[in-house]
Amino acid sequence: MRFGDFTAVDGVDLKIEQGELFGLLGPNGAGKSTIIKMLTTMLRPTAGGAQVWGHDIMKERDAVRNSIGVVFQDPSVDSQLTGRENLDFHGRMYGMNKKTREARVEDVLDLVDLRDKANVLMEDYSGGMQRRLEIARGLMHHPHVLFLDEPTLGLDAQTRRHIWAYIQKMNREDEVTVVLTTHYMEEADHLCDRVAIIDQGQIVAQDTPENLKDLIGADVITLEIEDGLEDRLIQTFSGQEWISSIDQSENILNLSVDHGESRIPEIVLQASKAGVTIRSVSMHEPTLEDVFLKFTGKKIRKAESAGSGRMVAVQSRMRTKRH
Amino acid sequence: MARVNLYAVYSLWLREMIRFFRLKSRVFGSLAPPFFFLAFLGFGFRGAMMPEIPEGVDYISFLAPGIIGMSLLFSSTFGGLSMLWDREFGFLREIMVAPVSRLSIVIGRTAGGVTTAVMQGLIILIPGMIMGMRISGVWGFLLSLVFMVLIATTFNSLGLAFASRMKDMSGFSLIMNFMVFPLFLLSGALFPIENLPPWLRSLSYLDPLTYGVDGLRGALVGASSFSLAFDLVILTICCAGALGLGAYLFEISDVE
Repeated sequence: MRFGDFTAVDGVDLKIEQGELFGLLGPNGAGKSTIIKMLTTMLRPTAGGAQVWGHDIMKERDAVRNSIGVVFQDPSVDSQLTGRENLDFHGRMYGMNKKTREARVEDVLDLVDLRDKANVLMEDYSGGMQRRLEIARGLMHHPHVLFLDEPTLGLDAQTRRHIWAYIQKMNREDEVTVVLTTHYMEEADHLCDRVAIIDQGQIVAQDTPENLKDLIGADVITLEIEDGLEDRLIQTFSGQEWISSIDQSENILNLSVDHGESRIPEIVLQASKAGVTIRSVSMHEPTLEDVFLKFTGKKIRKAESAGSGRMVAVQSRMRTKRH
Repeated sequence: MARVNLYAVYSLWLREMIRFFRLKSRVFGSLAPPFFFLAFLGFGFRGAMMPEIPEGVDYISFLAPGIIGMSLLFSSTFGGLSMLWDREFGFLREIMVAPVSRLSIVIGRTAGGVTTAVMQGLIILIPGMIMGMRISGVWGFLLSLVFMVLIATTFNSLGLAFASRMKDMSGFSLIMNFMVFPLFLLSGALFPIENLPPWLRSLSYLDPLTYGVDGLRGALVGASSFSLAFDLVILTICCAGALGLGAYLFEISDVE
């Protein structure tokens, strides 16, 4: 059975197979949440359409809603109810009778290890526990497709690992097709069978994380250089056949090369011959960050710099207060 | 097109019940103003002669139905506006993404809000009776329940209508102070509206709560300005109108 075929924000087709763990990767504001909102019938597309589990998102909204589970980016629980009551409410809204509901509540609580917290009010849950309960709730009515919008946003590294494990478990054991959005490279890399990279409402690349990283090459050497001299250095390197590609973001150059560690001395030498000062050099295996840079010409963190800039401002204010 | 899913209606109603019995401090908080109005006005004006109060009806018997109307007005408007909280805290999305028509959502929420408001109205009846209000009989009491449900449904729906048009909670106190409070004071809950100057009295006639309070008074203590049938008809029309408006505005509102 086909999962869907939809025209995304600006007219790029995307097809997600049954049983897949599919990731939409991109910076904040790229249009990931918009796509999720349209696929979950929360937002009507102005043009185009899509099918989810064979149902049209415009004409068969209830059929779509019956086949999907959604975990929203922001909290969406009733904090005055207990975990169990939230699950119970959900089961009733999806027409589950008492017997199936009660059995299923225990199942999904087990999946996310929250059985001992079931009768605690949601307002006394930690952020990570709340997110786990929301994942359990999304699975409550046996959806065919589960949408997770930034499932680990704002969670600490350990909780994130746990959530990843739950997502993989339900994808494998319950055979739920999972569509998640994230702006964490390592999350998409670690979890997803396939990834679509989104920037400014466009899908710029889609494939398995491995294939995407293979596009980059064996190693990535990152050079931070003096401002304004990027072009001169790109010219210097562009004739070298051992460099498979050069990507630039302001004064940062990424060179894709084989056996990177043995090429660093040569790179430094050539740069100094060309009269370009290198401020720092680093080398790593290709990541999806490099793939994003390759396709969009910018780093994911740059693409959302407005948000992070504000964070820094808040942090520094807190620091001055403490002294 | 929009089918009513009774199971979902029940689910939404049950949620309101659980919250009502769990948030005891909030219930006490919302009962306090009508209780204080009843106690202080009731004792304070006990011996006062007020023109236009029917012969043989003391002030406390006149006041208590009015205060029940006040309690219904405030708690049901608040209940309708509580949609704003669900939107603010994200629970509205959980409701909206379920395979349930918006009409079912409106009916479920309204049923829950009306039930809790009527329960609060009934609670106010107790101090009223302790202070000396005399209830005319069983049938009068049952008829007063009908009026309570109509009042609560009217204002719960108006609250929902406002909540559907508001983007955030900033308008909340504006509505409470500039709509709900005048509706209360104009309704004749505290004094006979016949004492108001004509231009102000004509505003009272536009206030649905006027007919609700008059109906409660007629049903509970057997003294009303209009006939009970007239009160019932006018209030039913207001109720149907408000319900339709609330359901329509919620239907076309955005979730986010």
